[in-house]
Amino acid sequence: MSEDHHHAVPTTPVEDRVAAIESLLVDKGILDTAMVDAIVEHYEHEVGPMNGAKVVARAWSDDDYRARLVADGTAAIAELGFGGPEGEHMVIVENTPEVHNAVVCTLCSCYPWPVLGLPPTWYKSAPYRSRMVREPRVLLAEMGCEVPEDREIRVWDSSAEVRYLVLPMRPGGTDSLSEDELAALVTRDGMIGVAPL
Amino acid sequence: MGGVQGWGPVEIEADELVFHSDWERRAFRVTIGAMAAGHLSGRFRHAIERMDPAWYLTSSYYEHWLVAAATGLVEGGLISQAELDERLGEPFAVARPVRAPRLAEPGPSVDQHRYGVGDAVRVREWHPLGHTRAPRYIQGKPGIVVRLDGVFSLPDVEYHCDGTRREPTYCVRFEALDLWGEAGDPVHVDLWDSYLE
Repeated sequence: MSEDHHHAVPTTPVEDRVAAIESLLVDKGILDTAMVDAIVEHYEHEVGPMNGAKVVARAWSDDDYRARLVADGTAAIAELGFGGPEGEHMVIVENTPEVHNAVVCTLCSCYPWPVLGLPPTWYKSAPYRSRMVREPRVLLAEMGCEVPEDREIRVWDSSAEVRYLVLPMRPGGTDSLSEDELAALVTRDGMIGVAPL
Repeated sequence: MGGVQGWGPVEIEADELVFHSDWERRAFRVTIGAMAAGHLSGRFRHAIERMDPAWYLTSSYYEHWLVAAATGLVEGGLISQAELDERLGEPFAVARPVRAPRLAEPGPSVDQHRYGVGDAVRVREWHPLGHTRAPRYIQGKPGIVVRLDGVFSLPDVEYHCDGTRREPTYCVRFEALDLWGEAGDPVHVDLWDSYLE
């Protein structure tokens, strides 16, 4: 193992390591800074759960759209103009009075970027990734999402190419709301399945 | 991480920013830039898996990305370890070397699903030295196919071979009793054909 000059945990601050590799890549012409700045701008400001909320609100408002969404998530989401990396193979899992869905990636951090943006830290954390498959009902309750005893929890571990979006149940008393008003009710955590909405 | 015990609560940060600090944004830029240019293909995730476990568990998500980018660029020959060390002014920590043997041939691609929805399947016991997307907690476990997904490159081959092997993927439902020895809610995992017996 002569090539394995490894220190278990490096002591150099991560900021210094980022700066070192970044300057090296720029000097060598490997990093296209204009391109990556545009990508960062996109994910920091233009993509996020507001996209997924529009998808959910449309499904709540339009039964034909809802049917298309459940049948082919990628195509129905593209109708609203959303798509791209980590959203090429979308599957929508629909909450009902009998079933509550929740999404995890136990291997790393797979997440539907075009509709939810980049994942929050807790989604990528060891406690979430380990416990969501082992004790989902306990963990959801801890996270403030009490699922009735007679409602099955279906956990979806996105371990291959599919990315999942939970379609929450439309809350009661919202018949008079417009699609925009409905979208404002939808939360990121509801579309991951760790909150009722 | 699926099913690993001993983790505490999931800590949710209210109004979390996409990036907590500038170095996270810069680590994202470096990694996305290298990925978009095709420099990390077949190396990124396995590099994270080859981080020392003590380092992996005590470092944050974007440090994992930084390490995987640095490791992948060195292994791909775009930059050298010596250049990184010189730029940083001390040894630049990367992941441990690949231990899995390089595959001479990818093996035959398959384009037809062997199983249909409703079929009983069992996951192969399979703990390779290299990269795999078959989570440990379902190895050897019985399940039921609930959905047929697309035909995709098998990462186990792609990461360790110059060629690719394409295989159908499945979504398989596992009962808690089979996974954990006690009643509970089911987990669904997306699996390539090779992962099934």
